[in-house]
Amino acid sequence: MAMEQMMPSGEMKERLQDAAKRLEPMLEQVSEFIVRTRDVHKIYLMGKVEVHALRGVNLDIKRGEYISIMGPSGSGKSTLFNMIGGLDKPTSGSVYINEVDLAQLDAYELAWLRCRTIGYIFQTFNLIPVMTALENVMLPMIFAGVPEDERRERGMELLKRVGLAERWNHKPFELSGGQQQRVAIARALANDPAIILADEPTGNLDLKTGKEIIELLKELNQEKGVTIISATHDLKMIDVSDRVIWIRDGQIARIEDRSKIRVEAALEVEEALMEGELPNIP
Amino acid sequence: MTRAGGKMTVFGLTREEIRKQIQLPWSEAFRISWRYVTIRLGRSLITASTIFLSVAFLMAVSTMILAAKATGSITEDDPAYRATVARYFWSVILGFMICATGIVSALLMSVTERFREIGTMKCLGALDEFIVRMFLIEASLMGLLGSVVGAFVGALLMLIWAGVREGFSLWAKIPWGFKSATGEWGFLTYFLASILAGVVLSVISAIVPAYRAAKLQAADALRTEI
Repeated sequence: MAMEQMMPSGEMKERLQDAAKRLEPMLEQVSEFIVRTRDVHKIYLMGKVEVHALRGVNLDIKRGEYISIMGPSGSGKSTLFNMIGGLDKPTSGSVYINEVDLAQLDAYELAWLRCRTIGYIFQTFNLIPVMTALENVMLPMIFAGVPEDERRERGMELLKRVGLAERWNHKPFELSGGQQQRVAIARALANDPAIILADEPTGNLDLKTGKEIIELLKELNQEKGVTIISATHDLKMIDVSDRVIWIRDGQIARIEDRSKIRVEAALEVEEALMEGELPNIP
Repeated sequence: MTRAGGKMTVFGLTREEIRKQIQLPWSEAFRISWRYVTIRLGRSLITASTIFLSVAFLMAVSTMILAAKATGSITEDDPAYRATVARYFWSVILGFMICATGIVSALLMSVTERFREIGTMKCLGALDEFIVRMFLIEASLMGLLGSVVGAFVGALLMLIWAGVREGFSLWAKIPWGFKSATGEWGFLTYFLASILAGVVLSVISAIVPAYRAAKLQAADALRTEI
C-alpha cells in the first residue's frame, strides 16, 4: 500500500527506472577499484624530528590488477604498503578498501579485514616456527572460524597448488627459502582474499627461486583474479606487472602501464632499426 | 560504509556480525599455546622451574607444619605457633616474589623474541585479546606443570626428612585428607592450595608481558631490519 502511494504516476516510475539504469554502470565503476588512496600523508616523529614519509599519495588500484610498487629504500614505499594493509593509519587523507574508509574501522573490523580480505606475504616469510606447513596455512582459517575438517582439506589443496603437498608435515626450518615462501603464499590465500600484499617477496631469495615465486604469483593472479600489490626492488617483477608505480620522496613519481612499457620498448626497437643498429633485446 | 535497515554495515556485514566472525574459541587458543609450551619444552621448563622451586618450598613448609602437629610438638593453641608459622610463610612469600620477577623477565624475553610471530598473527587476523589469551594460557600451563611437580617434590622431601628424624610411624598420624580430625587443613588442602598459588602467581606475572605482546604493532612483522 505504502509503496503504491509513494509511486505517483507511471511516468515518474519510468523516469526512476531510467535513472537507476544510468546509475548502474557508475556503481560498477565505483566498485571496480579495490584500493583507493586519497591524498594520503604520513608524518612520523623520530625523536624530535618530523619525517614526512608520504606527501599526498593518490592511487587507484583495480580489482584483479598486478601492481608493483617500486622505489629506493626510504622512499615511503613500505609506509604506503602498510597503509593499504590497514597496518598503519595515515596522518591525513584516506585509504579505501572495497570503498570502505579504513579510518572508520574499529579493532575488530580491522582484524576481520586482515583475516579475510587481505593476504600478506613477507620478505622474511614469517612462518610460525612451531607449526608445520599445513598448520601455518590453516592458521588464518582458525581466525576466520573455519571448521577443522574444512581447514585441513582446504589447507592441503592450497599446499598442492603451490607444489608442496608432500611436505605438509615439515616445520619451516626443514624447508628451503623458496619452499617457505610457497607455504607463505598458500597461507596468504587461505581465506580467499581479494588482495595479496607482498612486501619484497623475492628479497631473500636467489634469482631462480625468485623468478619461480613471481611466476606463481602471476598464475594465482590470473586464475583466482586476486589483486596483487607488491612492494619490490626486483626488476623481474616489471615483466608480470600490469602497472608499475614508482615512489620517490613520499610521492608517486610516475605510473607505468605494462602496455605502455611494451609500446615504448617497441618504439625503441623501431628507432634502432631505422638507424640501422641492431636492437639490444634482453 | 553504508547504512542498511538502519544498521551500519561494513563489507556488507553489520558490526555485530563481524564481531561474531572474528571471535576465537578458547579451545583453539589453548591448542596453539600448548604447542608453544611443548615445542619449546626446554625454555618452558626453565620458566616452570622457578615456580617449581617456590611451590616446593611452600609445600615443604606446609608439610613440616603438618608433621610437627602430628608429633604433637606444636599445636594451634600454642602462642609460639602463630609466630613460627608467620615467619615461615613470610619467607615463602619472599620466594614467590623473587619467582614472579623471574617469570616476568622470562616472558618479556619471550615477547621480544616472538615479536615477528606476534605481528604475523595480527596480520593474519588475530585480535589483541587472542594474543593476551595465548600468553596467559601459556603461563598457566607452565605454572601448573611447575606447581604440580613442585608440590609433589616439596612434600615428599619433607616427609622423608620428618620420617628420618621422628620415625616413619609419624606418617600414619598425618591427616592426608582435606581436613584433620580437629577440623584444621589436611595434607590434600595444602597440596591443592600450593598448586593454586603457583598457577595464580604465574598468571599474574604474565599479565604485563601479555599486554606488551598484544600492543605490538602488526606492521612490526614487516620490518626486516631486526
